[in-house]
Amino acid sequence: MVYTRNFSKQMKFKPVEILSHVILILGVLLMVLPIWFSFATSTHDNVAIMTEGMKFFLGESFSQNYNEVLNEKGGWSEEVTAAKMFINSFIMAFGIATLKVVISAMSAYALVYFRFKLAVPIFWLIFITLLVPLEVRIFPSYKIVSDLGLTNTYTGLILPLVASATATFFFRQFYKTIPDELLESAKLDGANSWRFFIDFLLPLSKTMLAAMFIFMFVYGYSQYLWPLIMTTDEKYWTVVMGMKIIFTENYEGVALPRTGERFAYIILSMLPPVLVVVILQRWFIKGLIQTEK
Amino acid sequence: MSFLELKNITKIYPNGTKAVDETSLNVEDGEFVVFVGPSGCGKSTLLRMIAGLEDITSGEISLDGTIINNIDPSERDVAMVFQNYALYPHMTVFNNMAYGLKNRGISKDEINSKVNDAAKLLEIDQYLTRKPSMLSGGQRQRVAMGRAIVRNPKIFLFDEPLSNLDAKLRNQMRLEIKKLQRQMDVTSIFVTHDQTEAMTLGDRIVVINNGIVEQVGTPKEIYSNPNTKFVAEFIGSPQMNLFDCSIENGVAKLGEGQVNLDNSININDASIGIRPDDIQITDSGKFETKANLVEYLGSDMIIYSSIGGQDFSCKLSSKIDVKTGDSFKFDITPSSVHVFDNTTNKRV
Repeated sequence: MVYTRNFSKQMKFKPVEILSHVILILGVLLMVLPIWFSFATSTHDNVAIMTEGMKFFLGESFSQNYNEVLNEKGGWSEEVTAAKMFINSFIMAFGIATLKVVISAMSAYALVYFRFKLAVPIFWLIFITLLVPLEVRIFPSYKIVSDLGLTNTYTGLILPLVASATATFFFRQFYKTIPDELLESAKLDGANSWRFFIDFLLPLSKTMLAAMFIFMFVYGYSQYLWPLIMTTDEKYWTVVMGMKIIFTENYEGVALPRTGERFAYIILSMLPPVLVVVILQRWFIKGLIQTEK
Repeated sequence: MSFLELKNITKIYPNGTKAVDETSLNVEDGEFVVFVGPSGCGKSTLLRMIAGLEDITSGEISLDGTIINNIDPSERDVAMVFQNYALYPHMTVFNNMAYGLKNRGISKDEINSKVNDAAKLLEIDQYLTRKPSMLSGGQRQRVAMGRAIVRNPKIFLFDEPLSNLDAKLRNQMRLEIKKLQRQMDVTSIFVTHDQTEAMTLGDRIVVINNGIVEQVGTPKEIYSNPNTKFVAEFIGSPQMNLFDCSIENGVAKLGEGQVNLDNSININDASIGIRPDDIQITDSGKFETKANLVEYLGSDMIIYSSIGGQDFSCKLSSKIDVKTGDSFKFDITPSSVHVFDNTTNKRV
């Protein structure tokens, strides 16, 4: 309000507004500069980086560095490429995000629309699991997964992470805002519980689904500890694990540290979550603008 | 056997509230019945039990010869229009109307023709591709009705469908609902708390209070012969004047004056009721009092006054010249007086 009033009276900003813009711009620089430095450095060859340090301007080794990153075989057994790790990470993140969204939407549906005994205690039981992240239960989880023979499989990477109290909670809160008349009207129109879920709740919670998918994809993609102890076979390495391991193995002795490739790898590893956010965010905002409820 | 029969219907909610108490009612085929009562009287609960959205604690409902107590709402062949319309926000108007038909496995061509016919009837055919959020209140109301019409149900249920509209639109939709019902000849039940809606729409009115049916009858019967004090006060606007008094041998004392009723009436604690428009202002009137407030309504005016310490109002043509603070004389015709026993609240 203050802003528009000032703006119409005299096209000038108050000192407070200038200050707040300066702070915001500094914040943006703080976030963006390290990424820019990484990107710029990733386009130089290793000798330059070694002798001159981090770079601010672009160099000439872009295609060489990125090519090497994607196609060179790394790891102890020299079997896995970064491209393979990207695929693994994508499968893991996509699997986790999809299943998390589906399972939480369905369990929230059960909690809100079916009056079964102990619904409230069950909800709180689910809610309490928020206090028990994977890191806390990592040994029992590992034991179960290995007893099931799921180590070094995609199933083993995904399954222990698919239950989500957060998403269940958000879906529950959303379903509670949907008026009862909608359900009643649908019932009179001959919709059974399954149809109501598919024809009404899912389309109505499109935005919610997109938002949850974004969060959960990023969550799944950035998993480090679980894939690290779960996989002994390099075929199942993920990007985040690779960051620690790849291009570090052969530089004892005379070889130069492969800093350029490592920066290239870091930049590439940021792309999938950024893409998911950018693509789904459009849908997410579109849903927010068309208020349908 | 009537088309819709309610036999001793009772509804007790899990928390112990008795919403509907031993209600019985018959509705004939093609009839337009209005349930009217104050909010929380159980009229909506009764309607929802007919729709199947509420369990029946005890009693029996039969529709067209079948007992429907345990039949799923979708198979009862009833259509309902909700107060907030309950349109499907993510579907177009066409799909809103077609959804119920699709679930019944009706062919696409038939759905198309049915929806288009209904849309034409309701004059919403140019909005079929819009979403409900892009429609006005009146248009949404029409879509809600269209959704009910396309299914060609045995019975229409309206749950206060007009209360979200502004006054002008409400009158217009009221007329349209009435016309539509006549045209389609479908048995309808309409729930409202508005006595004007009840009087204008219903072939018969069911006045409900505290989960009990107070009176069933045509609008005229209910207006001219209210069975209980509640009905007398609830139906009619401005509401009926009720004066507490004792009646001895047919003589009711009211302030300085008296009203001579049937000789045989002897009640200690009685109320005599008289409609505001049945009070006649004449210079030869037996009662005299002062006008506390005069409301001018155009063709009519309402005088608020009191006699013997009891407030009352009278409605008369605004041609009569009475102003706030004036004294005036009036008469009560014994034939227009309704007598109620205060111990039973019933009509005598």
